[in-house]
Amino acid sequence: MHAAERPAPALIRIRNLAKSYRRGGQVVPVLTDITLDVRAGDFLGLMGPSGSGKSTLLNLIAGIDKPDAGEILFDGVDITRLGERELADWRAGTVGFVFQFYNLMPVLTAYENVELPLTLTRLSRRERRAHVEAALALVGLSERMAHYPAELSGGQQQRVAIARAIISDPRLIVADEPTGDLDRHSAAEVLALMDRLNTDLGKTIVMVTHDRRAAERAHAIMYLDKGELSTAADVHERSVR
Amino acid sequence: MQFAKLVLRNALRHKLRTALTVLGLVVAIASFGLLQTVVGAWYAGAESAAPTRLVTRNAVSLVFPLPLGYRDKIRSVDGVRSVSYANWFAGIYQDPKNFFPQLAVEPRTYFDMYRDYLVPADDFAAFLRDRKGAVIGRKLADTHRLKVGDVMPLRGTIYPGTWEFTIRAIYDGAEQKTDTSQMFFHWDYLNETVKKRGRGRADQVGIYLVDVTDADRAAEVSQAIDALFRNSLAETLTETERAFQIGFVKQTEALVVAIRIVSYVVIAIILAVMANTMAMTARERLAEYATLKALGFSPAFVAALIFGESLAIAAVGAAAGIALTFPVGDWFAQRVGTLIPVFEVSAQTVALQALCALAVGVAAAIIPGRRAARVRIVEGLRAVG
Repeated sequence: MHAAERPAPALIRIRNLAKSYRRGGQVVPVLTDITLDVRAGDFLGLMGPSGSGKSTLLNLIAGIDKPDAGEILFDGVDITRLGERELADWRAGTVGFVFQFYNLMPVLTAYENVELPLTLTRLSRRERRAHVEAALALVGLSERMAHYPAELSGGQQQRVAIARAIISDPRLIVADEPTGDLDRHSAAEVLALMDRLNTDLGKTIVMVTHDRRAAERAHAIMYLDKGELSTAADVHERSVR
Repeated sequence: MQFAKLVLRNALRHKLRTALTVLGLVVAIASFGLLQTVVGAWYAGAESAAPTRLVTRNAVSLVFPLPLGYRDKIRSVDGVRSVSYANWFAGIYQDPKNFFPQLAVEPRTYFDMYRDYLVPADDFAAFLRDRKGAVIGRKLADTHRLKVGDVMPLRGTIYPGTWEFTIRAIYDGAEQKTDTSQMFFHWDYLNETVKKRGRGRADQVGIYLVDVTDADRAAEVSQAIDALFRNSLAETLTETERAFQIGFVKQTEALVVAIRIVSYVVIAIILAVMANTMAMTARERLAEYATLKALGFSPAFVAALIFGESLAIAAVGAAAGIALTFPVGDWFAQRVGTLIPVFEVSAQTVALQALCALAVGVAAAIIPGRRAARVRIVEGLRAVG
């Protein structure tokens, strides 16, 4: 995906991935024979109409769903073969999640929400504090640490979610419509932040979006339609024909 | 720490819902405790019975008396330490609702046998000197505001006429479970009066109380006593005091069983309420549980959050319910007066209340906890918005 001169090795190698759902006794294919490489440091945007399977693909990459067939190799490890416990450990150490509706714990403050993934580690309270303060400073919310989600704007909540996503220093960040619930100004702030995570911290980002402005932040855009994946060039070629 | 924080803050999230659930628990646990205490009170007489005491009564029925002459024969049985006797008086004090046991007893042997009735020595001596004297229990004295020196008139039912007694002593119980709602007076006074009135009930005894030297020989001594009077006009039935008391309880056993069932029905109802609360709670938070699982938290952690919350609510409800049982129990005891002689919330009842609350807390969380632990992350996340 990277247009750089020295292509990095693929961090994620997806081969012949297929996924279908059962609806009312019928099998509905969502993804068919998806093959894709994502290199370390990539910022990949996934676009497509509703129901095209882009969120399903993102969930499979993030290890929160299982495919019917195919493999997803993350740094050489086929995560489709991991058990529930192993997969949970893998997610905790490798993946940061940014959801459309932030998915913060409403009963925890911004500080406590960001700290949450670190409670799964062996870090001391003092170490955790240092990490959380740094993450909240990075997203510009040092002054809002003690605020509960309900006391923050949508944009601020999403920035807290981003701080939570990066707190355990994951190599991959998956974002499902991260600006879908935000006004234009807040969306721009969140996208700028994601851009920084990619360029300054070297995080590999896979982002699902409907928003073309959001997709423009990505280094590469893939389109999903009726379960099939294509590049921008393919889409252009099809539209010319 | 984060776990406890999540559990407690989640429990307080819907304050009204939690408060109403806790209120339900408080009422249920207190009611359960009260009903269990009523059941316990029913058995209080049997519980306080000494293993060395036997009761000898007419084999046909308790209604029929035994001759006074049996006393010396019973005393001669090997293994008998002492013998006392008593007659049920069944008098009315002021109003029929003021029920309390009245017994005409042979005082020296009787109080020697019942060492858990603590009577001041001087007062007891005064009682022995006064043929029309009476000893009453502390609860009876408190209920009717009676004191030493007061005259206590009773209207006889089995022994008709008005009987006047002077209170010479008030006894306390050696233990909480000791019945202090009774009245004792001289059997001789009853017997002499009956003789004077010529009603043909003179020299008749309601029951003999037999103190044996060894509790292990109770059955053997009982058989020996009954053998003495076999084929006589008044055959006897001797049994342990405990068996004698349980015999009374058995007569009203259906009522006791009903009360016991109702107490558990109350718990079952609150379990349904609590389970509904927890199910609603878990359903509303499915997305949060899915998020926690996505972040790497185990299904067991998610289930533990629900169990923790359910147990926290149950613990608060149980603590308040148990605490409430005592004042409500006191109020109830005052209301029923001497009708239920010993009404004390026992440690066993408190333990049972705590156990029921624990069971409710655990049972209410089983289905929602299991559901939250098993929810697929992608399905849980869809619950957002």
